[in-house]
Amino acid sequence: MAGFLIKRILQAAFVIVAVTLVVAFAVRLTGDPALMLSQGAGSITEEDLARIREALGVNKPFLVQYTDFFLGIFTLDFGRSFLGGTPVIDLIGNALPATLMLAFASMFVSIAVSIPLGIKAAVSRGKWADQFIRIISLIGLSFPNFWLAIMLVLLFSITLQWLPPSGMDGFASFLMPAITMGIILTATNVRLVRTSMLETMQSQYIMVARAKGLSESTVLYKHALRNCAIPLITYFGLQFGGLLGGIVVVERVFNWPGLGTLAFDAVGARDYPVLQAVITVLSMLIVGVNLLVDIAYGLIDPRIRTE
Amino acid sequence: MTEHAPILRIEDLSVEFGASRVIENLNLSVSPGKTTAIVGESGSGKSVTSLSVMRLAEMMGATYPSGKIIFEGTTGKTDLLALPQKKMRAIRGKDIAMIFQEPMTSLNPVFTIGDQIAESLILHEGMSKKDALKEGLRLLEMVRLPDAAQLLNRYPHQLSGGMRQRVMIAMALACRPKVLIADEPTTALDVTIQAQILTIIRDLQAELGMAVIFITHDMGVVAEVADDVVVMWKGKKVEEGPVKDLFANPKHPYTKTLLSAVPRLGAMAGEKFPKRFPVAVMDGDTPRIVGSEHIQNTAKYDAQPLLQVRDLVTRFDIKKGIFGGVTHRVHAVENVSFDIYRGETLALVGESGSGKSTIGRTIQQLQKATSGNITFDGRPFASMGKADQQRLRQEIQYIFQDPFASLDPRKKVGFSIAEPIHTHHLMDGTKQIKMRVDQLLERVGLTSAHADRYPHEFSGGQRQRICIARALASNPKLIIADEALSALDVSIQAQIINLFMELQEEHGLAYLFISHDMAVVEKMSHRVAVLYLGQVAELGSRQQVLENPSHPYTQRLLSAVPVVDPTRDVNRTMLDGEIPSPVRRVGDEPALVSYQEIAPGHLVANAV
Repeated sequence: MAGFLIKRILQAAFVIVAVTLVVAFAVRLTGDPALMLSQGAGSITEEDLARIREALGVNKPFLVQYTDFFLGIFTLDFGRSFLGGTPVIDLIGNALPATLMLAFASMFVSIAVSIPLGIKAAVSRGKWADQFIRIISLIGLSFPNFWLAIMLVLLFSITLQWLPPSGMDGFASFLMPAITMGIILTATNVRLVRTSMLETMQSQYIMVARAKGLSESTVLYKHALRNCAIPLITYFGLQFGGLLGGIVVVERVFNWPGLGTLAFDAVGARDYPVLQAVITVLSMLIVGVNLLVDIAYGLIDPRIRTE
Repeated sequence: MTEHAPILRIEDLSVEFGASRVIENLNLSVSPGKTTAIVGESGSGKSVTSLSVMRLAEMMGATYPSGKIIFEGTTGKTDLLALPQKKMRAIRGKDIAMIFQEPMTSLNPVFTIGDQIAESLILHEGMSKKDALKEGLRLLEMVRLPDAAQLLNRYPHQLSGGMRQRVMIAMALACRPKVLIADEPTTALDVTIQAQILTIIRDLQAELGMAVIFITHDMGVVAEVADDVVVMWKGKKVEEGPVKDLFANPKHPYTKTLLSAVPRLGAMAGEKFPKRFPVAVMDGDTPRIVGSEHIQNTAKYDAQPLLQVRDLVTRFDIKKGIFGGVTHRVHAVENVSFDIYRGETLALVGESGSGKSTIGRTIQQLQKATSGNITFDGRPFASMGKADQQRLRQEIQYIFQDPFASLDPRKKVGFSIAEPIHTHHLMDGTKQIKMRVDQLLERVGLTSAHADRYPHEFSGGQRQRICIARALASNPKLIIADEALSALDVSIQAQIINLFMELQEEHGLAYLFISHDMAVVEKMSHRVAVLYLGQVAELGSRQQVLENPSHPYTQRLLSAVPVVDPTRDVNRTMLDGEIPSPVRRVGDEPALVSYQEIAPGHLVANAV
């Protein structure tokens, strides 16, 4: 298990280095921030632009810029925003909790809902409960998240006026973004749980467990669930990445002050430091979650632990 | 001696899955201390019978239109079919226990052996976890597992198949059941391990006075274990009786064909060559004789060998270190040399891990050799270019064990058979190819109409015929048949053996016949190589190896084969121990054996 962990941690470190390199490079393909900053400032000469570039530090060679950025990660110094000069770490410090809260809440809700529903669908395979759950999950899957978000706003904020349409202000404001994210995840996960559970229930050891005279609930929740969790955990880990990607859109619709909104604004402004910092933090989150998944995997599956 | 009254009686049992009736009006019984064997081919309903006794069949969708299953428990007679599942659970695992076929998948991979054994004891005997584990230890010792105390904390994947099956037996016997149902408990195991498991079941039966229902398709095992036999065919009981009577004097035509098809080790003593035998097959309700006796003198020993294998070594690295360093290797094949002549069948026999499949895969270029030379038809592998290698893939064909997995389920079988013709550009013109496919199908005993069907529409035996037709399509010189008969029922198996031999005679084909089944090997091979841990232990003609086995391992292997004769007492030196593993630490090379030629062409490895 120790060897397995060391291997995974080394892999994770490598992934983060690679991601930062790609991000720093890709960000610089979006265009010249000096042009962006000087828009609407009347007549700008080439010298003015050069001065702006020097002030921003974007005239240095790419590798120098990258090294500064990469070393800065270790001291949590991501530089200052090109817009307004706020230290990037402060911007992230404000936005990260909002995003994490949203991400983990929707993840948690989706897992808490999809596991029992998926199991129910699997054990009543072909019966009405299964059909019902599958249809509902298909409907859930068919919604694009931005559309769902807009519909929720129309219904609950504009027509019914129960919930605030945007911003982060208390529990009520939290509901719609979390539901938007959660519904789509849940729809996918119900299907995953159902399939994984069906496959597990076909196993010979489930028959053996029944032949011992164990009750159906012991067979399901003790013998089947842990085996069925092995592939699921991997899915959930990978899903977290997709979730953070999707969150940009949802945060935008609900004007949620998270990393997604921050990144969105930074793209528009070619605000390199903010953009690369946000993406680095997101990728560290994803890598970190997947590392946790690997650990959980080892804890659940003795075949990995004892290798 | 007074006969015990039956402890379990199945009366007039019928079982249906949806609209199809899989068991019809079955009656059978088993008494304490006795073994009733249920024999039959796949689909005969024997497993459904056992699952019905356990009341597990209905979880797969079975219904019982008629019948009773009367169990004489401590509290009097109970009809198990009338019990609600809740009450049945108290009987299941306690009074009636079951062992399943697949030991590799019967144990839950995420729980320790100890936990899995303790579970029944905690449930049915109300023991504390601590006491249950203590009893678990005793049970593991009872099934003769070494280091039982350590095993309690182990996980299933750390155990071999034979060890897992012993754990299964320990688990099934935990609550001292009155009836034990064993559903093909040794089918997936090597013969020496099978012999151990059968002995353990028999000893424990005597000790605990259990009634045993033993389900199997293997008549050799039946002859060894059964007191009474019930023969099932197409969901019905067609015959029953004491084992000796039934073997000596089978009455129903199906029982007769079944017994006549069983390959019996030693049946060909004194024969120089392999031989085809007529086979009785059921045609509707009456048996029909197919084929005739024919001596298979096809091997061309006067010409150059078709295939020469010299000092073949195949090893696999197992990467285990943190940085991917190799710490262990599988020494699958070590220094193996043999020849195959045109028209000859060379059998490679051995148990799990002996390297027999790896040799086949290496010759077929599915696997790279670590070292050694292979020469095919005068051309060494080492000096072959891409075009030569491609030609080799045409001239050497492979037939796998599982005919279900080796045909693409989404392609019509005509397509699959034509594929090698296209790949190797053996023919042009759609019409010509179609004619060739039809001809091949007819040659293997199917019809041209079958070309437009999909694999799932065929039975296992038919699919294996399709695989043979596909192999023939590329006009091969050598066919490697890797356990190609193992998954088939005996009567089908006998027909396919004859088909193999007919094709050998017609096309001068050479076969590398990889098998663990000594009786089949005896029937169809010219020469035999016995493999043990990647090395050849003994090599010689069929007669030399089987009638004068001279290596201790060959002797052990032959003695473990069940004898299809209930009148013969099994007097077997107890075969102890596990099959050793070919996985070794890097640097810990296996010792290479040397050979002694005790008769012309009969090589025996010296002990090292």
